[in-house]
Amino acid sequence: MDHKVSYQRPNEQGYYGRFGGAFIPEMLHPNVKELQERYLDIMYDAAFQKEYTELLRDYVGRPTPLYFAKRLSAQYNTNIYLKREDLCHTGAHKVNNTVGQILLAQRLGKKRIIAETGAGQHGVATATVCALKGMECIVYMGEKDIERQAPNVARMKMLGATVIPATSGSKTLKDATNEAIRDWINNPTDTHYIIGSVVGPHPYPDMVARFQSIISEETRWQLKTKTGSELPDYVMACVGGGSNAAGAFYNFLDEPTVKIVAVEAGGMGIESGMSAATTRLGKPGILHGSKSLVMQTEDGQVVEPHSISAGLDYPGIGPLHAHLFDSGRGTFLHATDDEALEAAFQLAKLEGIIPALESSHALSALKQIQFKQNEVVVVCLSGRGDKDLATYMKAMGVHSNEVTG
Amino acid sequence: MSRIQELFNRKNKKILNVYCTAGYPELDSTLEVMKALQDSGADLIELGMPYSDPLADGPIIQESSSIALKNGMTISRLFKQLKDFRTDAAAGGAGIHVPVVLMGYLNPILQYGFERFCADAEAVGIDGLILPDLPIYEFETEYGEIIKKHNLDFVFLVTPETSAERIKKLDSLSSGFLYAVSSSSTTGKNKEFASAEQYLQKLASLNLKNPVLVGFGIRDRETFEAACKHTNGAIIGSAYIKALSNSSNVQEATKEFLESILTEE
Ligand SMILES: Cc1ncc(COP(=O)(O)O)c(C=O)c1O
Repeated sequence: MDHKVSYQRPNEQGYYGRFGGAFIPEMLHPNVKELQERYLDIMYDAAFQKEYTELLRDYVGRPTPLYFAKRLSAQYNTNIYLKREDLCHTGAHKVNNTVGQILLAQRLGKKRIIAETGAGQHGVATATVCALKGMECIVYMGEKDIERQAPNVARMKMLGATVIPATSGSKTLKDATNEAIRDWINNPTDTHYIIGSVVGPHPYPDMVARFQSIISEETRWQLKTKTGSELPDYVMACVGGGSNAAGAFYNFLDEPTVKIVAVEAGGMGIESGMSAATTRLGKPGILHGSKSLVMQTEDGQVVEPHSISAGLDYPGIGPLHAHLFDSGRGTFLHATDDEALEAAFQLAKLEGIIPALESSHALSALKQIQFKQNEVVVVCLSGRGDKDLATYMKAMGVHSNEVTG
Repeated sequence: MSRIQELFNRKNKKILNVYCTAGYPELDSTLEVMKALQDSGADLIELGMPYSDPLADGPIIQESSSIALKNGMTISRLFKQLKDFRTDAAAGGAGIHVPVVLMGYLNPILQYGFERFCADAEAVGIDGLILPDLPIYEFETEYGEIIKKHNLDFVFLVTPETSAERIKKLDSLSSGFLYAVSSSSTTGKNKEFASAEQYLQKLASLNLKNPVLVGFGIRDRETFEAACKHTNGAIIGSAYIKALSNSSNVQEATKEFLESILTEE
């Protein structure tokens, strides 16, 4: 029996330290219980693994490259490797999880898939795998986000999904998640809910972390070939709910020499009232079925966060990350809207890569750390920036009709 | 003996439990609404504490919650409002004698302090709690003891999907009554009620220790009667909130609504 504490896995009740669990109304019990009882058996079944691995290779395009960013490295006088999740099919890491969950849903005999989405990346990744498997797909999206993220709404529709606006509360990701959970309550037998991050009731945080752990699994052997060691000095990733970070950290969490750096969205600044830096502004609480750090008022009402990137615009973080923060295993930094923009333009100019705004937060935190010249730093480039072009153009002071050849 | 037990000892058929949202329609109408419910024939009151993210609730109760929050409703405010609600009107109180259970979500209560919440609830004269997102595991390991210590009943929910074995477990952990959700849904969904009959019959056959009240989708005399057929009574929420929202007079709206449920044709 292994008595070493692992940061990777929760206990049987879904707890990472004091965070996690399954705080769900009885109406969700059968669905959640079924998942708790079956997810590991299904996921580690040989036929499942074969199909999952093949899809990741031939459909998603894995392994994604681990790219040595030479000019960026020179800027920071160290060795920076970018894990290129932006090169995944659909443009972000989200698809690693949706491919896994659609295969799981099939094995559970579900016919109908629901999902929540903020920026639309998870919605697109879900609509994609539903098309692939011929399953009905319903995506809940805040009314405000539908306006902000029109191209991704169009992509979901083209892929055959139904996009339902969440009109309650603040009409963003938190409310889309509420609506998806309510849908699940109302459809207790034929529906699987594909959550898009390491949030929600147990077993979702663990299940999504395992599906995303392919990121660090590949990183280890890729580093070995490139540097001679599987272990970097730093792994850095942005944290919305925390799925790309969970995946990028996963196989390094129990390697004490590897420093784990999570980067949250500082919005307009921590003190501005317009931020999404949950570890700085949140308190222990319960949101969407698990106990974690939650941004809330003194009275325990969940507040609406702010970030320039819709994918980080969430008032909580997954319980795994709350525990990394709590235990000190992870260092939590934040980058503001402006700093993220600056980092996006820097990467575009230095490396010819236009990153997603979310990923730009992780890049921006590079300047906050004093690296040594021989150190190895892995940054998870969680997505590409196509979806953020409107924001980037605005930052350049140009409007789309002025962009000419 | 708890006030809820006393009620069921006195009357164990056609119990009418009505849900209202604290701080709705006006911040300080909580007691007025409760008084109107008692005067119009409610046997029991389920008083909802508004929350920003009420997962188990449909649009009507969500809307009343968000209005109550905009009105400035908080748990501290609620306990101030409830301070003298058990005192007779003649002595300056609200004179509410029917049992009252608080319904709410765990997060605001955790911020208030769980034990402090239970102590304050007991002190003002609250009889029980319904916390849909407090599951068995947490109840058994942490919260159940505190609830019991403060002499509050705790009501678990069961649904048509709940196994007989689990129903028995939830019944054994509950006191006061057991809340039978009529169909797997959020509140206010008008799913076909007839399909619930078999499930309610099953509940009746299980020899449960608690009385059973049926909730979700009860909206008129017909659904109330159907719900009462195999159980001890029913809980009405969204339909009443809707009636309140359509009127500017709490007393009239409440009287009219409860008459429509209770009066024989
Ligand atoms: C490219 C990208 N990165 C990061 C995130 C944030 O999610 P998570 O923290 O779960 O990785 C999103 C969410 O939409 C995203 O699209």
